[in-house]
Amino acid sequence: MSNAEMTSMERVLTTLSHREPDRVPFFLLLTMHGAKELGLSIREYFSQAKYVIEGQCRLRAKYHHDCFYPLLYGAAEAEAFGGEIVWYEDGPPNSGAPVLKKPEDILALQVPVVDKTPCLRRMLDVISGLKERAGDTVPIIGVVISPFSLPVMQMGFAAYIELLYEQPELFARLMAVNQAFCVAWANAQFRAGATTVCYFDPLASPDMISPEIYRRTGLETARHCLSCFNGPACIHLGSGRCLAMVEELAKVGAVAAGVSALDDLAAVKAACKGKITVAGNLNGIEMRRWTPTQAEAKVKEAIAAAAAGGGFILTDNHGEIPWQISDETLLAISEAVQQWGRYS
Amino acid sequence: MTAADRSSEIFADKLLVLDRIGAEQMLVEARAQDAPLKAVERLVVPALEEIGRRWEQGSAALAQVYMSSRICEELVDQLLPPSSPERILRPKIGIALLDDYHALGKTIVCAALRASGYELCDYGRLTAPELAKRICRDEVKIVLISTLMLRSALQIKQVKILLVAAGSATKIIVGGAPFRFDPELWKEVGADASGNNAAEAVRAVARCVEELAQ
Repeated sequence: MSNAEMTSMERVLTTLSHREPDRVPFFLLLTMHGAKELGLSIREYFSQAKYVIEGQCRLRAKYHHDCFYPLLYGAAEAEAFGGEIVWYEDGPPNSGAPVLKKPEDILALQVPVVDKTPCLRRMLDVISGLKERAGDTVPIIGVVISPFSLPVMQMGFAAYIELLYEQPELFARLMAVNQAFCVAWANAQFRAGATTVCYFDPLASPDMISPEIYRRTGLETARHCLSCFNGPACIHLGSGRCLAMVEELAKVGAVAAGVSALDDLAAVKAACKGKITVAGNLNGIEMRRWTPTQAEAKVKEAIAAAAAGGGFILTDNHGEIPWQISDETLLAISEAVQQWGRYS
Repeated sequence: MTAADRSSEIFADKLLVLDRIGAEQMLVEARAQDAPLKAVERLVVPALEEIGRRWEQGSAALAQVYMSSRICEELVDQLLPPSSPERILRPKIGIALLDDYHALGKTIVCAALRASGYELCDYGRLTAPELAKRICRDEVKIVLISTLMLRSALQIKQVKILLVAAGSATKIIVGGAPFRFDPELWKEVGADASGNNAAEAVRAVARCVEELAQ
């Protein structure tokens, strides 16, 4: 089997079962770069599902990576709750002023209805459009922000930390609303055709919240949400280190975990071997300055650290490749995987 | 380990478990032996450095760093009110968040600097041209700029260009995730220093103050 050329789906499913496919699967988690392909501004590009579908197809034809990534922008979930979006010409749309101005506003917070929220419906249209084009040959990676991490955008990080430490009842109410939304949003993506949903939980990292607090709050939230998803979930800690928490994250039912560039990839792989696939950990920020030779070296280094035995997907460490990364660098990464990622 | 080192470690431990009363008691005892600023330098500054070290090593979380810096800022404000002549009022220091809404890093650094005895002007969230204008208008000598997004970090180049064009030699200290993930980025954007955590930012400010005094 390992000598034959696999489809992207076969390659990814093989590695997820902790066996070696024909080559290392790699995910270029490109959101904004499709706008460059179509000659559109980032805002125009995200305004219509047909643009994003076409952009994703062109990007995959160019770089030959092993997934479609229908995420429009992470701040869409804050937008669904009524938050403001700030648009830039050279970066991802960002969440603006928090929608929860004071903790008591949580009491009036309502769960957004997915089908009635334009920014969410647009992403569902992207997923179903990609599914029509790819069938079952290419994994489609849906995205949700964890209920535990979303409040950073809903109320601001400092206010959320204070809530977490000081107002357990309002915290519980916020989690209940966010969990209901998260499960509905993930399952809508599965219905539209997502192969998996990536549960982004940057606050799961011990860099952000102490493990003892996370275990009795965010980890329980993750366990609840993933158990209600109608499909498999990956878990991603943004760029936060995961080594100290990854075995516990495997136990909540995730099939893969994103690894930070600040983590020791080989150590994470050793901790995860046979339990959960590791995905990482090219440094998306530093990538901006890589020459093609450096890109090749970084790919070889990651493959050497984590590819043996399967259970590994090469990708960036953040879950979104910055707008500033050149085509030349992305092509160098792609070529390096084709050259050095063969298992036989 | 000296007795002072041991005290600051115990103080750091109290901050990390949010034992505000215990931390306050220790600072009161330190104040009984020293002048306010000396007590802060002996107990609070090394404790914040220790917490920064633990964060880098992965044994403290950002949420603890934030809560610790907030407690320290409150305690030091009681000892050294903002108008106190014992605070370090010169050279003039500013701090700003460049073009995005994620203010936690700035809030922590601001609190750590104030807890270390410095007084500074918090400009909040500004664009690059707005920040350059404020720095020139207020004759700020040291500015700390916090960013979360890569595009915001790259905007610092524009701040530097505008300051140079205006004849300003204001020292720029940068911090935030892009600089942690790319250790060369601070030089590329024209900064004078980078701080990976609040304690490093405080040390960078101290170095700049010394350089400006020469």
